[in-house]
Amino acid sequence: MAQEAVGSQRRVASEPWRRGVGLGLRLVDVLIRSVLPVVLALVAGGILLEILGRNPRTFYSHIWLYGVQNGSWQDSAIRMAPLLLIAMGLTVIFRASIWNLGYNGQFALGAALVAGYGPSLVANVPLALALVTLFLMATAAGAAWTLVPAVLKARYGTNEIITTLMMSFIGVGLANILVKGSFQDPTIQTPQTRVIPLEDMLPSIPSTRIHVGLLVAFAAVLAVHYLLTRTAFGLRLQVLGANPGAARHVGIRLPRLIITAFLISGGLIGAAAAADILGLWGYVRADQFPAYGDAVIPFVFLARLNALAVVPFVAFYAVLSTGGDLATAEADLPIDFLLVLVGLILLFMTVIEYLGRRRELGGSYLTPGLSHALRSSLFWRKTAVE
Amino acid sequence: MGNGTPAGAAERKAPVVELIEITKRYPGVVANDGVTIAFRAGEVHCLLGENGAGKSTLMGILSGLVKPDAGRITIDGKNAAIDSPRAALEFGIGTVYQHSTLIPALTVLQNLMLGETRSLRLDTGGARRRLDELAALLGVEIDPDAYAGDLALGRQQQVEIIKALWRGSRVLILDEPTSMLTPQAFAELEKVLARLKERGLAIVFISHKLHEALSLGDRISVLRQGRLAGSLDGQALSSASAEELRAAIIRMMFGEEARAVEDVAELQEDLEVVEQEHLEIVEQEPSHEVDSETVLELDRASAQGVGAELGIDDVSFTLAAGEILGVAGVDGNGQRALAEAISGQRHLTDGQILLYGVPISRLSVSARQKLGLRYVTDDRLGEGTVASLSVALNLFLKRIGQPPFWRLGRIQRGAVGRRANELVREFDVRTPSVGSRVGTLSGGNIQKVVLARELAFQPKVVVFNKPTYGLDVRTTSAVRETIVRLAREGAAALLISTDLEELIEICDRIAVLSRGRLVGVVPNGPGAADEVGQLMVGELPAEAA
Repeated sequence: MAQEAVGSQRRVASEPWRRGVGLGLRLVDVLIRSVLPVVLALVAGGILLEILGRNPRTFYSHIWLYGVQNGSWQDSAIRMAPLLLIAMGLTVIFRASIWNLGYNGQFALGAALVAGYGPSLVANVPLALALVTLFLMATAAGAAWTLVPAVLKARYGTNEIITTLMMSFIGVGLANILVKGSFQDPTIQTPQTRVIPLEDMLPSIPSTRIHVGLLVAFAAVLAVHYLLTRTAFGLRLQVLGANPGAARHVGIRLPRLIITAFLISGGLIGAAAAADILGLWGYVRADQFPAYGDAVIPFVFLARLNALAVVPFVAFYAVLSTGGDLATAEADLPIDFLLVLVGLILLFMTVIEYLGRRRELGGSYLTPGLSHALRSSLFWRKTAVE
Repeated sequence: MGNGTPAGAAERKAPVVELIEITKRYPGVVANDGVTIAFRAGEVHCLLGENGAGKSTLMGILSGLVKPDAGRITIDGKNAAIDSPRAALEFGIGTVYQHSTLIPALTVLQNLMLGETRSLRLDTGGARRRLDELAALLGVEIDPDAYAGDLALGRQQQVEIIKALWRGSRVLILDEPTSMLTPQAFAELEKVLARLKERGLAIVFISHKLHEALSLGDRISVLRQGRLAGSLDGQALSSASAEELRAAIIRMMFGEEARAVEDVAELQEDLEVVEQEHLEIVEQEPSHEVDSETVLELDRASAQGVGAELGIDDVSFTLAAGEILGVAGVDGNGQRALAEAISGQRHLTDGQILLYGVPISRLSVSARQKLGLRYVTDDRLGEGTVASLSVALNLFLKRIGQPPFWRLGRIQRGAVGRRANELVREFDVRTPSVGSRVGTLSGGNIQKVVLARELAFQPKVVVFNKPTYGLDVRTTSAVRETIVRLAREGAAALLISTDLEELIEICDRIAVLSRGRLVGVVPNGPGAADEVGQLMVGELPAEAA
């Protein structure tokens, strides 16, 4: 058995990413590169829990209990909507090797506008029209907030990591000013907007509590997948991401491409805010914008910038965070422990990626010393002869 | 100089390094297939082979960059695990790579000290002494405080050699060290190698140029399709005539079956075959009629250079349909600026470019492409192709979004696949399928992909920038034939090359670019080579431009 597995890994190693490689072998590769980091993170998290004096099995079973069982899967599904939309926004632009890290600002502005204008809009305009308008408004706000980094990148090649991060801080700050200022609910002291009445929020999918924002998110996943794999635009993004020199050489109009990619990215992140506010929260409180993007980024990479592959990872995280809210409370842990788990996933992903790189060069996932030790052990003795 | 080594002198020495039964596979190719080869002290061992024959992989294995799938390496008879470049250095194996690894913004001394990670404090004094010592060993003079980027290519290479010897190497690998060198720099390299050889270094010299191997090698091994096709030792090299050796080696490199030098009559036959092939190409050129219609015209065009490369300054010429105009000159004298200005990748700062009399200076790259102006770049990996994309997509990179291959922005995979298959067949691209990633192909086949892309769909003017640079003999002649055929079919070709022989072989006229200016245009014919050569070194007054 063990030898069999080693042999098949070898073959994958010599032909990474090649079409026509058996489905089974590709599956092994996918499992190792994408699922293994998650498993290792959960194991390491368990050890950490043990050290902290908590029972890891109880903790994880609580996550399952509160994240999936007894209909709580619906809460997890609700949480997926904004996460998926943000993931799509990041996937599009990461394909071009452009790093839009301003998602928090883009999200916050979209959320503040939707929560600020939402209550009066739903009261005065036919509901469907109001909801569509609010979605478009948030989309436009998110897109607009990428314009400065986009133009700087397109025209002067300015490093977008810095500009998007800076714009993100400004965006969150501006959103807070709006919430504490013109959008403040005059009837209460807490710095928050008025609340959109429950009956005016996004309708639910029949016979569930899940709002239709999730359907919007799935539509976005399909659209982005189509865009990236079938269209000229997607190919241009891929060329730019893989070889900017070639993009210039073959005559792709880079400024236009870069700005479009930024607008789509920011727009999807803004739409995520609309889905979250209109579907779940109904209001926004100052200084309490969720940092969904920070949690989503590792999964976008784990999915290798593949739009469809993002879905199971986001589902996993939605369960983890939904169940985790209660599980951490019962285990008397701060909720930030969930971020520790996400951080561990990122860490193991990096390690496995590093080992995988070596393996593509003809090495193995194991370091030479370790693989030697393993191979010379009784179990794998036969493969040690080389 | 290599031929003068007394036969058998090298035989007495035990090999310093032996590669035994080395096998390395890449997707779709076996780069090395059970190669066994030994390198001895005090010997220049030339490793010859076509592109993709497995030379670089083999040396990558020896220098710790590539891990073999099977086989072992012994050093002084003992098994050695070379699993990283650092390990290779510690075993005394230094490598000078084909492309410069020096950091231009650092001084020579700083570049040499980059590898010193053992102590926190930088031992500048010690490094200076070491540099002096090694420079004396090489018989060269190097300013330790000059910026690496300011040095001429030949000088940079000497620094690279010193870098490879820094920790006291016993084996020096030179991977195609002459591809960027001027003849003078080559002569200097020859001297340096002679001195190192005297000191007892084992030198591995990788090349695909036969004459270099013959003039430098004490021993020549030929790789073909990943296998060792044959070896010539010192005795064989000194006993046979140059012509016989040439023929024998060509046979090993390309022949149906690799054989050692045995039969002189057979050798003669081989030689005739090779010469005939060569003649066929030569006979085709300038004899045909050049159409008089002007297709491309540059009118006092100027463009800026990038980095150490020069721009172009006030360049004017015309190019007629059916004509091949050569552009000669030492590399870095504005070739790239000229090519990019014409293709639209670089803005003109002054002057005009006209296609059929219409100014096109303001048009974008893709607009010019659609008008039939094509550019075969010299940087096939850096910008010519996207390694991670398939051959098919790379063939259509310049037509993304255009019908009939894209409709309403959606790729028509059937149409793309069919046309890609046609192009692959027409241009003889050796690839497992059109779905294979370009990055897995050999250099020659990547160049064929680029050519197929640029020459498909009715080209009118094609700018070739060093189209045969780094290619093996066979692909080189295929590329030259393609250019000649293109001109015969009525298109115009601008052939920028640093290889004067190439220009003389196929061009109708040869322009000379020197320090960004066009210093003269010489009609090809008897004596043209001399004239071009003199223009290149600035001995003739400018007549044209």
